[in-house]
Amino acid sequence: MDLVRFITAGSVDDGKSTLIGRLLYDSKSIFEDQLDHVAKASEKKGLAHVDLALLTDGLRDEREQGITIDVAYRYFATPKRKFIIADCPGHIQYTRNMVTGASTANVALILVDARNGLTEQTHRHSFIASLLQIPHLIICINKMDLVNYDQQVYDQIVEDYRNFAAKLEVRDIQFVPVSALHGDNIVEPSTNMDWYRGSTLLYTLENCHVSSDQNMVDCRFPVQTVLRPKSDEFHDYRGYAGRVAGGIFKPGDEVVALPSGFTSKISRISLAGKEVEEAFPPMSVAIELEDDIDVSRGDMLARLNNQPTAAQDIDAIICWLSDKPMVPRTKFIIKHTSREARAMVKEVNYTLDINTLHRQEGEQDIQMNDIARVQLRTTSPLFIDPYNKNRTTGAFILIDPVSLNTVAAGVIKS
Amino acid sequence: MQNYNLNHLEQLEAEAIHVLRETAAQFDNPSILFSGGKDSIVATHLAWKAFYPASIPFPLVHIDTGHNFPETISFRDEMVARLGAKLVVGSVEKTIREGRVAEEKGHNASRNIAQTTTLIETIEGHQYDACIGGGRRDEEKARAKERFFSHRDEFSQWNPKNQRPELWSIYNGHKQFGEHFRVFPISNWTEMDIWQYILQEQIEIPSLYFAHERDCVVRNGVILAYSEYLTLKPDERVERMKVRFRTLGDLTITGAIESEADTLEKVIAEVAAMRATERGNRADDRRSETAMEDRKREGYF
Repeated sequence: MDLVRFITAGSVDDGKSTLIGRLLYDSKSIFEDQLDHVAKASEKKGLAHVDLALLTDGLRDEREQGITIDVAYRYFATPKRKFIIADCPGHIQYTRNMVTGASTANVALILVDARNGLTEQTHRHSFIASLLQIPHLIICINKMDLVNYDQQVYDQIVEDYRNFAAKLEVRDIQFVPVSALHGDNIVEPSTNMDWYRGSTLLYTLENCHVSSDQNMVDCRFPVQTVLRPKSDEFHDYRGYAGRVAGGIFKPGDEVVALPSGFTSKISRISLAGKEVEEAFPPMSVAIELEDDIDVSRGDMLARLNNQPTAAQDIDAIICWLSDKPMVPRTKFIIKHTSREARAMVKEVNYTLDINTLHRQEGEQDIQMNDIARVQLRTTSPLFIDPYNKNRTTGAFILIDPVSLNTVAAGVIKS
Repeated sequence: MQNYNLNHLEQLEAEAIHVLRETAAQFDNPSILFSGGKDSIVATHLAWKAFYPASIPFPLVHIDTGHNFPETISFRDEMVARLGAKLVVGSVEKTIREGRVAEEKGHNASRNIAQTTTLIETIEGHQYDACIGGGRRDEEKARAKERFFSHRDEFSQWNPKNQRPELWSIYNGHKQFGEHFRVFPISNWTEMDIWQYILQEQIEIPSLYFAHERDCVVRNGVILAYSEYLTLKPDERVERMKVRFRTLGDLTITGAIESEADTLEKVIAEVAAMRATERGNRADDRRSETAMEDRKREGYF
């Protein structure tokens, strides 16, 4: 069975939680006691219907406010696929959570309220999905019941969105008109929208092509830790433990260790004593080399003729996640694959107005939710690829050296 | 041609192993919180796979409430011996005896809240800077929002409104002195994934998970194992029933289900057909709608 990770994003009251509740409910992924809880809670709130949104709104604060404030993960499976949903908050001050959810997603499901059309949040969320290179976008035009299931409303939103999306880097965009509240086009085709000939939301999720989302060409293996048993039986064993970030590794392959530049051949790949013939992303394995060269955590194995760039000057786009603005000349901790260094923002080239996608040059003040093109300088080289080539070796986070909080997410341009 | 696609269990396994290796690499003194339940058994099995042929670089920490199923304790001891792992036991009995927490009284008395104190004392006493747990996001509403690396302040408290963003598979384990992390490598697994994986890997689990005959008491619709720790109400009586447990907590609070499933395959078939969530019959979660979140804020597992 395939595993598909998708995020849901939308403005407050776009009905995101209801949509997820509906997907879970209609795909029979909700248990009796959960439904029971929700029915009781709906009654307590004096609602006439069972509020499916209560299934996903977990924490005490947001149950009281009726909005989702943090990424919540949900799980359901159909006979075809297992799904992990990252339910991302639409509220403006919590946009950082959408970036979090988007970083691991194969699919982004963006909700648009049919009555309101595209909003600032639609633009913001679509742009983040594009920035984080989520390969598939599904635009759900929700609350069709409130516009009398009118095709013109739907067509207008689709046209507006296509105009806007021309400026984005997304491979695959699909549109589905739905009513999460009534279940139209979620799991079953709607009887209220005969004019719509496309697939239901669930069918679209079950059939989008996710297997080509990984980079199977450029071999990258960041070393997490070195396994040295020092037992009698495995006296000379030395295994490099890590998760394949790109390409296919096989025993016999010649590899180069970075930063040392020493080369060797892979003698064996294994996991828990079992031989692995080919290791590819996102597998976790242990690699043994023929020669005893110096390799440790933070190093990377690659091919001699296909190496990442060893860079101390990095051109990147960052999304600021902290509620405290960026302080110029801060020496952040930068975390990239299994490697850590210090990094300083040398220059802010521009910030992006995510509504118009216009660049604002000369802006130096970076606040929460801001997206900026920056030039970084690191204390030691990182082994990088452009993010659009590799979502693992093209990504990093910045950590504030005092609070130790994660304050920025970065994607590498070059 | 070879199919370069991992199925869902392979992907979940690869993710969990990556998280466990990051934990070993980023922390000075990590440990595994081992309850003897299937989730912590799977987490421990994954740790064995992650570091083989080296041994598991974490001690197993068990918080013993004194109200455990005897089967859990003997299983724990066998597993520790088989893995050659180090076992550390924190005793709730001792915490109560020494007066640092009060024993609950009455029919629904449990040591569930008391064990949070013992857990925090054990973490502080051994200066563990990361505690690996078998928590899953699908278990309960509050857990749905946990990070893989979940930051705890110097009072072991979880602040759900101010969690660190967690992006890609980059985990930030930096902390101030006295703070620690809870690490959840199997965050993304569902109950079904756990069972399928136990079957695939032929992992041994305590006999309590399989249908067996035992003396039970039905209280508020929950089937509880009868034991010396359970105070009967006047209208309650002990019945012999064929049951199995879906989760293993304390004897006093863990609800059983009536079942004929006495093999892994039958348990999986039963889980697939099940219409109630596994924590649904835990008396500790039934106390209030946000019971789990309230306990987690205080430092619970």
